[in-house]
Amino acid sequence: MTNVHSYTKKVISHFKHPHNYGKLKRPDGTGEVGNVVCGDVMHLYIKIGKNKQGREIIKDIGFETYGCAAAIATSSVITDLAKNKTLTEALLLQKDDVIKTLKSLPPIKVHCSLLAVDALNEAIHDYFSKHGKPIPKALEEFHKRIEKSKCEIEDRYGEWVGEQRK
Amino acid sequence: MKKQKRIYLDYAATTPVDERVIKAMTPYFGKQFGNTMSFHSAGAKASEAVEKSRKVVADMIYAKESEIIFTSSATESNNLALKGIAFANKEKGKHIIISPIEHDCVLESAKWLEKQGFEITRLSVDSFGLIKPDELENAIRKDTILVSIIHANNEIGTIQDVKRIGEICKKHNVYFHTDASQSFGKIPIDVGRSNIDLLTASSHKIYGPKGAALLYVKTGVTIEPILHGGGHESGLRSSTVNVPAIVGFAKAAEICSKTMAKENERMTALRDRLIAGILQKVKGSHLNGHPTQRLSNNVNVSFPFAEGESLLIELDLAGIEVSTGSACSSRTLAPSHVLLAIGLKPQAAHGSLRISLGRWTTKSEVNYLLDVLPNIVNKFRSISPFKYDERT
Repeated sequence: MTNVHSYTKKVISHFKHPHNYGKLKRPDGTGEVGNVVCGDVMHLYIKIGKNKQGREIIKDIGFETYGCAAAIATSSVITDLAKNKTLTEALLLQKDDVIKTLKSLPPIKVHCSLLAVDALNEAIHDYFSKHGKPIPKALEEFHKRIEKSKCEIEDRYGEWVGEQRK
Repeated sequence: MKKQKRIYLDYAATTPVDERVIKAMTPYFGKQFGNTMSFHSAGAKASEAVEKSRKVVADMIYAKESEIIFTSSATESNNLALKGIAFANKEKGKHIIISPIEHDCVLESAKWLEKQGFEITRLSVDSFGLIKPDELENAIRKDTILVSIIHANNEIGTIQDVKRIGEICKKHNVYFHTDASQSFGKIPIDVGRSNIDLLTASSHKIYGPKGAALLYVKTGVTIEPILHGGGHESGLRSSTVNVPAIVGFAKAAEICSKTMAKENERMTALRDRLIAGILQKVKGSHLNGHPTQRLSNNVNVSFPFAEGESLLIELDLAGIEVSTGSACSSRTLAPSHVLLAIGLKPQAAHGSLRISLGRWTTKSEVNYLLDVLPNIVNKFRSISPFKYDERT
């Protein structure tokens, strides 16, 4: 049975004081993902800059998440992990990196960490496509899969999204 | 570090055992340890204690002692009611009617019976969670053997008009079972007047111990046991009788019966204070269930744009214990079937809390919750990609 005590101190700490939450102004890339099973939704925003070597890095990052403690904690962790990383490095981040940072996640909550990684990938994809940059084949395939599941999420939250746009 | 004061507001899940109940039970663990089936004095004493208890709980619902079967849990009672009636009456018919807002133990028993060749009709409920008498009457067929409808719902607290349901069942000569786990001890029940043929009640919801419950089976109702053995409980429930738990159950019931009217008045005032406070302080929140035809201790509210498990954990960190219908906190990642049945969209069920009051809930606890809850909801709304718009 999953309960309050199933979460590590690390999860609770990120949940209680999430890092980098909030929308970024004029982001270079945005990733919007949702989980069709439980209904959690995450938006991730990135700003791109360059490091000393002239490589593109994630200079700033922010998230907005509607979901459980695990969803909020994994969102917070992915922003920590991705910040100041080159885009190549950021694309290599896996759900296990998120889980390792949190020590562990209850098995039923592992999908939350995947949601965080998906959001990051989507934000980078969005940056590439908006700026006419070549998109790695694997990332493009991933993006197509996400697009498919998105229809279901939009169906569910259409009403709320409508309210936002009013 | 100073130990944080805990505020328990989940009395619908379970209740602490009243000190008076513990005192009544204690002798039956040690000194009076006998087996009710034994012929000697120790056995006789145990048996007498159980029979005395049987009288107390029977009186409470205006039933005869011989109509009470003690079981180990409401789940067991509901299983016995559904499966026991189904198997004893299958020659008459194989059709059973339930509501969509039953407890899982009724829903799952019905589903299991479906696999055994029985037919189940699941009625609908209105937006308050009330079944529609006309729909029930239309659903009854020649081969209908049982109607099982929860008296007061465990999640939203809506109280059904059992008298009306009983009338319909009687008119069509169909057995009527009601799961009164949440209502027994809280609202008066008269099985005769309401034409109830079977009724489930539980001990741990009314400040008694876990491990005791009952099924009332009206004289003349034919039912098959599901536990076979030494023939305890008139052959309907074999198992060594859990004497201390049953003694505790009866004591708990007796206390409830004596204090019911006053407690209901006190709790209704607290409940309505809490509901009014939340609706006023948290923009966009709405009450689930019926505004007045509801248990005096039940509050169920949805908070759009804030997710229930997050709210629950943040409240727990603040020392307040409640429960949620959110998908995130369920084993199946599906939102509450009760909230969906009353027409809530999955996302509204996702952001719901059930706050249930009890014997030791005070006004200052309610005030404390009202103090902290709005900020907690706002915190998660500020993290959420969906923002509450005051214009909507």
